[in-house]
Amino acid sequence: MKELLQGNEAIARGAYEAGIQVATGYPGTPSSEILKTIALKFNDSIYAEWSTNEKVAMDAAAGAAYSGKRTLVTTKQVGMNVMSDSLLYTVYTGAEAGLVIVTADDPGFFSTQNEQDNRWYGKLAKIPILEPQDSQEAKDFVVKGIELSEEFDTPVLVRTTMRTSHSKSVVELGERDNVDKSLDKFPRNQRKYVMTAQWAEKRHPIVEERLDEMREYATDSPLNFIDWGKKDIGIITSAVNYTYAKDVFPEASFLKLGMTYPLSEKLIKEFADEVERVLVIEELDPFLQETIQAMGIEVTGKEIFPKCGELLPDDIFEYIEGTDFEPQREIPQPRDQGEDDLPERSPVLCPGCPHRSSFHILAEMDIPVAGDIGCYNLGCLPPFNAQHTMGCMGASIGVLHGMSLGDLDEPAVATIGDSTFFHSGMPPLANMMHNHGDGTAIIMDNRTTAMTGHQDHPGITQTLGGEETEKIDIEEVVRAMGVEKVEVVDAFNVDEVREALKECNEYDGPAVLITEGECVQITSEKAQEAYEVNPEECIACGKCLDLGCPSIVKTDEEYKDTGRFKAGIDPVLCVGSICDVCRQVCPTGAIKAPNETEGE
Amino acid sequence: MKDLNMLVTGVGGQGTILASDIIAEVGMRAGYDVKKSNVLGLAVRGGSVRSHVRWDPESVSAPMSSKGTVNYLISFEKLEAARNLSYLKQDGEVLVNNQEIPPVSVSAGDKAYPDINEIKKMTEKVARETYYFDGLATAEDLGSSRVLNVVILGAFSNFIDVDEKVWIDVISESVPPKFQELNKKAFQKGKKLVEGVDVE
Repeated sequence: MKELLQGNEAIARGAYEAGIQVATGYPGTPSSEILKTIALKFNDSIYAEWSTNEKVAMDAAAGAAYSGKRTLVTTKQVGMNVMSDSLLYTVYTGAEAGLVIVTADDPGFFSTQNEQDNRWYGKLAKIPILEPQDSQEAKDFVVKGIELSEEFDTPVLVRTTMRTSHSKSVVELGERDNVDKSLDKFPRNQRKYVMTAQWAEKRHPIVEERLDEMREYATDSPLNFIDWGKKDIGIITSAVNYTYAKDVFPEASFLKLGMTYPLSEKLIKEFADEVERVLVIEELDPFLQETIQAMGIEVTGKEIFPKCGELLPDDIFEYIEGTDFEPQREIPQPRDQGEDDLPERSPVLCPGCPHRSSFHILAEMDIPVAGDIGCYNLGCLPPFNAQHTMGCMGASIGVLHGMSLGDLDEPAVATIGDSTFFHSGMPPLANMMHNHGDGTAIIMDNRTTAMTGHQDHPGITQTLGGEETEKIDIEEVVRAMGVEKVEVVDAFNVDEVREALKECNEYDGPAVLITEGECVQITSEKAQEAYEVNPEECIACGKCLDLGCPSIVKTDEEYKDTGRFKAGIDPVLCVGSICDVCRQVCPTGAIKAPNETEGE
Repeated sequence: MKDLNMLVTGVGGQGTILASDIIAEVGMRAGYDVKKSNVLGLAVRGGSVRSHVRWDPESVSAPMSSKGTVNYLISFEKLEAARNLSYLKQDGEVLVNNQEIPPVSVSAGDKAYPDINEIKKMTEKVARETYYFDGLATAEDLGSSRVLNVVILGAFSNFIDVDEKVWIDVISESVPPKFQELNKKAFQKGKKLVEGVDVE
């Protein structure tokens, strides 16, 4: 049977067919749909959970795989940095059943703070990397990954990019492999599973031997194939880049690598010897190129292609222009239509977003803000410009602590979401308490992991599998850490947020402000009737427009005293009384709830 | 059967992703190999959305079309039609739902939303024909702005030689059972919005 599947859905299907029994991960674009699909479609055969962070997910996966469960771990590319400490010990231990890690990378910066190329993690860890070109391979490579993992007793890395994870293509479905390697008793095999120096030392040579065996395996593996065409150009490529290269060089010879680490020198030499010139087409770093060059094979790659961004067919056409590598089809004429002059549509906080009031106040107070990863990162953009650092998950509170060591002449704050606080925000708060730090951490509790598509976390009463669970109360957590100044406010009450933040800033020592307000995309409250602006009372001061709410617009009605244009509200976008923030900031009371207008 | 490239554009929240999923599924059932790729950016509403769909009777390679190769640009919003014209093939065709969703830079008064005549001038330079229609009014007449995407699919179905039953089947399977009848109506109404086109 054939189905049209997104890459991430295909990976979930692959997990099912591979006989995977446990799947863990932390949400992150472009990887999040894998566990979501597993929970939705394969809940009966696979246990899936959102773990508190990627390291915890990896540890849990290790424990499950040591207990004989075939296991999958998912992460976005930067989550691998969090996971890596745990990944690295599993490289030495291996497991009792297959263990596959999926990393979804993000060339092109669609939703990430960097473009790190996670193939280096495979090389660093000395584990095989499989890179699918489409959904069919995404599914098949998970199955193959489990097979390899068990054959060589190693974790296997499956690497996708945004394009493979978020593209759809046709997949031929298979059956589930129901082999069950589950153990009744946990293996008492300390020499394999306790990586103290004396036992780890014995495992390292095994890792090296295994790598040599896999290099041998790569020579004849169907994961890598040669597609002979004209022999003037031979292209070595992998992943979705293969499909791009095929569009530009339909007649060339291809060595398509499904397994991009370790590489077989024999296979690559066999290919290179047959063609006149070798072109390596890969996104980001010269990962394949450097290894192939080290084999003494002459290739062209990053001399013409950039190390930044995606390498789409349009880009390949552009960069080969004027080189020895002529495209093998007519270059479609990309015609600049003057699109660059059009107004951009930058992302904004949704109408009714609980974060809006906080950024309004932070902008008003003009104090430095250490930011974190989540929708609230949009606070760095106009009209707020109220976030001044942002690096990675959980960085905000640690950076705030460092700012307080900088003896600034102004109070500083950190902004962090509820899910991010559980992910990696707790250790830096503990650090601040222990080391007598100063500053205010604003925990923006919108009761979900909003940015990545509303996943659960320990502050929520339901798990990914739909089970009820006790929520961990953030206020109790911070009080247990010894924070004495804790304020909990309604995120939609502007005065309450302002007053509480002022108090926190004046407090000598670490303070925590928890702003509670459900994400408007998941709130159980129904969108209420839109608010209205009474043009008679509007003085066109622009205070409501400074909230950056997509539903507030400038009308063409002039306020005579200043010649500025009055405000209006888009009735389709406004969510009315569940937000109310614009009504509170209007100095003349011109913004009204519908019942107020009726009363007049 | 020949290969066809389509680009569906609009603004987050308009239902473009489901529409492009349906076009891809229809292609597969009509016997094509298909691929589809979305560019969503941040998972927040209100951003530009671009979905490539490619049909090929043999096999599709890259999941997105190169610039200058799109046969049909199907835009849910006027500004987004203008923004994606460089993907259009010379003599490709453009369908534009006449909706205007101002970005925040426009609603805050910093930039101007391009005038319809300006947009028309831009599309006329490349497109063989541009079809403008008011899909939102049609959807609202049916009682729900949420069927806008199916109204637009109805309009687009005029251009493609695929049995109507395939469209109806895929649409019915893509929406909750209680909205199936409404969506069937939306498809038929949409179909009438665009007439007298060349079918491929």
